[in-house]
Amino acid sequence: MHNPQLNKNGELQHLLTIEGLPKANILHILDTASSFVSIGDREVKKVPLMRGKSVFNLFFENSTRTRTTFEIASKRLSADVINLNIAASSSSKGESLLDTIDNLSAMHADMFVVRHAQSGAPYLIAKHLNDTQQSHVHVVNAGDGRHAHPTQGLLDMYTIRHYKKDFSNLTVAIVGDILHSRVARSDIHALTTLGVPEVRAVGPRTLLPSGLEQMGVRVYTDIHQGLKDVDVIIMLRLQNERMSGALLPSAQEFFKSYGLTPERLALAKPDAIVMHPGPMNRGVEIDSAVADGTHAVILSQVTFGIAVRMAVMSILAGN
Amino acid sequence: MTQVYPELDAEALYRALAQQVKAGLAHAENLAIVGIHSGGAWLAERLAAELQLNERLGFIDVSFYRDDYAEKGLRADVKPTQIPFDVEGAAILLVDDVLYTGRTTRAAINELFDYGRPARILLAALIDRGERELPIAADFVATSITMPAGQSLILERAEDGRFSLTVEHA
Amino acid sequence: MNIHIRNGRLIDPANGIDAQQDLYIVGDRIAGIGQASAGFAADRTIDADGMIVAPGLVDLSARLREPGYEYKATLESEMQAAVQGGVTSLVCPPDTDPVLDEPGLVEMLKHRARSLNQAHVYPLGALTAGLKGQALTEMAELTDAGCIAFSQAEAPIVDTTVLLRAMQYAQTFGFSVWLRPQDPHVGRSGVAHSGPVASRLGLSGVSPMSETLALYTIFELVRATGARVHLCRMSTAAGLELVRAAKKEGLPVTCDVGAHHVHLTEIDIGFFDSNARLTPPLRGQRDRDAIRQALLDGTIDAICSDHTPVDDDEKLLPFGEASAGATGLELLLSLALKWSEEARDQAALPRALAKITSDAARVAGLAAGRLSVGSAADVCVFDPQARWTVAAGALASQGKHTPFLGYELTGQVRTTIVAGHIAYQR
Repeated sequence: MHNPQLNKNGELQHLLTIEGLPKANILHILDTASSFVSIGDREVKKVPLMRGKSVFNLFFENSTRTRTTFEIASKRLSADVINLNIAASSSSKGESLLDTIDNLSAMHADMFVVRHAQSGAPYLIAKHLNDTQQSHVHVVNAGDGRHAHPTQGLLDMYTIRHYKKDFSNLTVAIVGDILHSRVARSDIHALTTLGVPEVRAVGPRTLLPSGLEQMGVRVYTDIHQGLKDVDVIIMLRLQNERMSGALLPSAQEFFKSYGLTPERLALAKPDAIVMHPGPMNRGVEIDSAVADGTHAVILSQVTFGIAVRMAVMSILAGN
Repeated sequence: MTQVYPELDAEALYRALAQQVKAGLAHAENLAIVGIHSGGAWLAERLAAELQLNERLGFIDVSFYRDDYAEKGLRADVKPTQIPFDVEGAAILLVDDVLYTGRTTRAAINELFDYGRPARILLAALIDRGERELPIAADFVATSITMPAGQSLILERAEDGRFSLTVEHA
Repeated sequence: MNIHIRNGRLIDPANGIDAQQDLYIVGDRIAGIGQASAGFAADRTIDADGMIVAPGLVDLSARLREPGYEYKATLESEMQAAVQGGVTSLVCPPDTDPVLDEPGLVEMLKHRARSLNQAHVYPLGALTAGLKGQALTEMAELTDAGCIAFSQAEAPIVDTTVLLRAMQYAQTFGFSVWLRPQDPHVGRSGVAHSGPVASRLGLSGVSPMSETLALYTIFELVRATGARVHLCRMSTAAGLELVRAAKKEGLPVTCDVGAHHVHLTEIDIGFFDSNARLTPPLRGQRDRDAIRQALLDGTIDAICSDHTPVDDDEKLLPFGEASAGATGLELLLSLALKWSEEARDQAALPRALAKITSDAARVAGLAAGRLSVGSAADVCVFDPQARWTVAAGALASQGKHTPFLGYELTGQVRTTIVAGHIAYQR
């Protein structure tokens, strides 16, 4: 099956998922990102790479944070950014996803940054653009349902590389609601592709999807065993809906069994780093002492996130 | 396919360039040196050491400022730009190995201006091979040559630091 | 009209015939096999050289989308698709709009179908009013109007007592109940088989338990009521084990499988191809292997097309939002042949054809799917070697979506005869 992310020259045309992305492509993105990190320290926080290009942020699912970082990334590349909060616009009047895309393409969009509640939505868009001879328009998946959040996966890898240098001897634990997490899936694919020897998923049975072993992950339901001697802890956000879906009894009980406290952090390696895609629920998945402590690199993730997104967009736009 | 031009002794050319630069910048104030990756960066490193300007040494990668991005995309090996001094008001010696169309120099100048407003920029190049496509001129040049289109001149640095020049055919 | 079909290879699984034999039709009946009836003079001769002459196909599930869903498809287009697919008898589920729970609606549907003079249409009546799972329908009246059995289509009954009563009531009159084995809660919000593919793609899963939990309940109710139950669209290995055991126990149950599930698995979802969005979902390889084994050992009685036309507006959507279903009437023959081809010595052609003719007819209690002298002249003449590509232009159905789009399949209908009338000629 033709990988819809790649054009016929094998170059990245869209970024839809990390799954199936060759290791070389991932490293290229990370290497390029390191050049973008320092731009935020300059007088003129811009490079002219995407000057005159129009980037449309299509957010069918609300997210001020992710949309803002993409907006900053686009603007630092000198692109023009148009934000579309679709819930409030024509979609709610019944316009189909593809009709919305066609209308925006008619306004000469160069790039769509798409967040959607349905897994696979960006694929539908990418396929439609290819089918309608608009393959010069690029799609960046900013999160689709539970499936993927590739830029988050990439910035998480950038963060790990920044602090740990070498992927080949790390143990990484991902903790929390893996079942519903696109961040977890993207992190898993990135970690396994980059050669991390041990990737662990930690959570209650109700929040662990089937088939994790086939993705190269060791499953733990006991946080103490799951965190033992790990180098990197990625805490996932727990959403309120999980309580109403009979998946968990309460946030307190979740914290009791799976919350990252200083005592549990001590089970990991002494120089372990703590990551979180944000926004954090203090006292639910993570203790404030840990969130504000020296092991947490959560704010670095945000900074790196802008650079990684700049790298992704500039690589795509140039292909 | 490469061949070494016997007439182009990179080390000799460097010494000639360094002499010009020292003479020309003897009374410069707020001087800083910025080398364009990769060849220019190596030359800048040596010049900075000789001029005792190691704290005022920077490196620039022009990948984000090139004018051929639309056709060629982003290069695979972008290196980080590092400007550890304040560009504002500085006299910057921009260093490149080969000056050709002038487009790389333009990109480097644009990039420097995004860091601040320099007092002035001077250009030093080991080799000027002519065929300018923009009105750019070097202030210090070790030698001028002509080469057929389709060939390029690459500066290399050996493990012991010695420079050499090789010709590459497209 | 008198029709003489000559030079064909006649395969009639019901009567165990597989031989070069001519077929003679007088009026709406088969008058002779191998040799003409006395005084036969052909008005029309069909040369079936290189062709197979088989009973017209019997499809246990084809949605015609009338009444109510005419924007998806109409009787005209779907009945045309049926005869182009060689289907001469089809059973349609009651989930139309309005639901087929009133004798008047059934009569109208049958009348409309008859007037098109194409395949015979046998509607399933709704088991409960509006398919809501609360009140029983007038099963006797509906049977008089033409319903051959009763079904809940895709709407499982939540209150088990109602299902119990419905089965008791049906059993009173000897009516059959056709049920999709799916739990009313487990897996209801799922869109793909619960497994590694759904996990990777982030799609909500339908556990095999959705099928097995329902089967346990259904079999228990069959034991209690003695009602005859036909299970629609089996999909899991575990479920088939339960059916196998139930049949061995002697329970009056039969089951079918959708033609797509004989061949495809969850992997065929590929990059979120909504053409592969089906219900039940395409399951794992082991499930598909179990389906094929169950076809061979008779656990599965029939293959149906599960023809469900879905229009572009409902398919060109993200996977989880797309409507489930695929067009199937025109693929049923090819897909059955494909199974036969792949199962090699174990499923020779007559065996595969039985699953879409005589065995299917037996399940539905229809006098169809056979070429006996005196039986209805419903015949399908097809070219077993012809290759065709599944594409929108090749399909008469208004439903242009199937996971087989772009595939090249073997087996193409040349002539379809219904009640002695040539309903389709390629």
